[in-house]
Amino acid sequence: MQFERRGRRRVVVTGLGIVSCAGIGLDAFFEGLNGPAPDGERRVHDFDPSPWFDVKQARRADRFQQFSVAAAQMALDDAGELDADPARAGVVFGTGVGGLQTLEDQIQVLLEKGPRRVSPFLVPMLMANAGAAAISMRFGWRGPCETIVTACAAGTQSIGAAYRIVASGRCDVVMSGGAEAAITPVALAAFRNMTALSSSGESRPFDRRRDGFVMGEGGGALVLEDLEHATRRGARIYAEVLGAASTADAHHITAPSPGGAGALACMELALEDAGIVAKDVRHINAHGTSTPLNDLAEAEAVEKLFGSPTPPVTSLKGVTGHSLGAAGAIEGVAAALTIDRGQIPPTAGLEDLDPEIHLDVVTGAPAAFEGGVVLSNSFGFGGHNGTIVLSSI
Amino acid sequence: MDNEAAFDKFKSCAVEVLQVPEEKITPGARFSDDLEADSLEVVELVMALEEAFDITVEESELEGVETIGQAFDLVTSKL
Repeated sequence: MQFERRGRRRVVVTGLGIVSCAGIGLDAFFEGLNGPAPDGERRVHDFDPSPWFDVKQARRADRFQQFSVAAAQMALDDAGELDADPARAGVVFGTGVGGLQTLEDQIQVLLEKGPRRVSPFLVPMLMANAGAAAISMRFGWRGPCETIVTACAAGTQSIGAAYRIVASGRCDVVMSGGAEAAITPVALAAFRNMTALSSSGESRPFDRRRDGFVMGEGGGALVLEDLEHATRRGARIYAEVLGAASTADAHHITAPSPGGAGALACMELALEDAGIVAKDVRHINAHGTSTPLNDLAEAEAVEKLFGSPTPPVTSLKGVTGHSLGAAGAIEGVAAALTIDRGQIPPTAGLEDLDPEIHLDVVTGAPAAFEGGVVLSNSFGFGGHNGTIVLSSI
Repeated sequence: MDNEAAFDKFKSCAVEVLQVPEEKITPGARFSDDLEADSLEVVELVMALEEAFDITVEESELEGVETIGQAFDLVTSKL
């Protein structure tokens, strides 16, 4: 597909990496998305940092940083020999909160043993940019290295920001994505007390009985590369990034704007950025958290933009739960795999579509994807909206 | 505690914190060159030693401490 690029360089996805409760590595992950949904919190139970960290390094890296590095290294390995100028290679890696478990542990140390026992490594383990920084150090990449912290929109917005850095010509390659490891006692209590978490413990995106999200964790990474650079080195191309957008609701710190106005504006802007129109879109990888408010607002926005029927919509969160700042990155990896493998994963947990929601949701079994354009949405507390537009090439 | 027992205890702290083989913990071993320990790791080691030996080491006392032997002498001077 060729579009008017307005002087921008074309950007493609040439490497993918994933750490998710659905699977570690692309094949296990994409297979795992076909369900069944696990019970309870979606922890990555079988994650072992040892392929990426020696014992000393692992002890000095919070779990979210371990996910960041593991996903990024897998994506780099997947991309093959990049042959990129380190000064023109960058990192944009998001998270919702950073090293929260480390902070909680060290607060416990402070209370029990006093300030002299607080770890000198707390700050570099806690800081939200620890993941991005570790990636740049590991790869020796000296271009822009930035962290986007926009709650549950961080992963998608990081991919969007990375896209713009490559499209503008500043970098030839950028490692983008996000990671989160915030299934901690304090975070669980806080999300529960704000009634965001499912009291039934079931993640049921778009279902009539949905009652909140289930906490997830993980990391996703995408190598974004200038098309000419990728072509010159004979890279395998998963998908093209046609465009991206970020908007703010400017409405409420946790509730989406009425009628999904902010989400709608974001998707419209992303289509315009990509130089396409709504009827070009063949699939939407939804935010679909399984909270009553989010799913309704997102559905209203999608229905307004696409009419009826909508393109096939799926939410991975029936399987993955909601991995906050990693969600958009994990879903970005899935969207690229949908394009590459011609398959849309179903929405696990959805049995009884909310009668107020008129989306064409993929359920039960994966649906075939015949090629074309995919949108991936993320919306975060704070009113942050992010959309990326991927396409077959 | 005799000197040998104290050094064994010191050594096990260093092995645990710095993640280096026991045989590298010798009096002449330098933190930065031989043990690949940066300043934060030395601080972490001192914290472990304070706990193990029930002593207090002030930050100013660490100035000029570059080897295992110097650190061990500092610890034993407080026992």
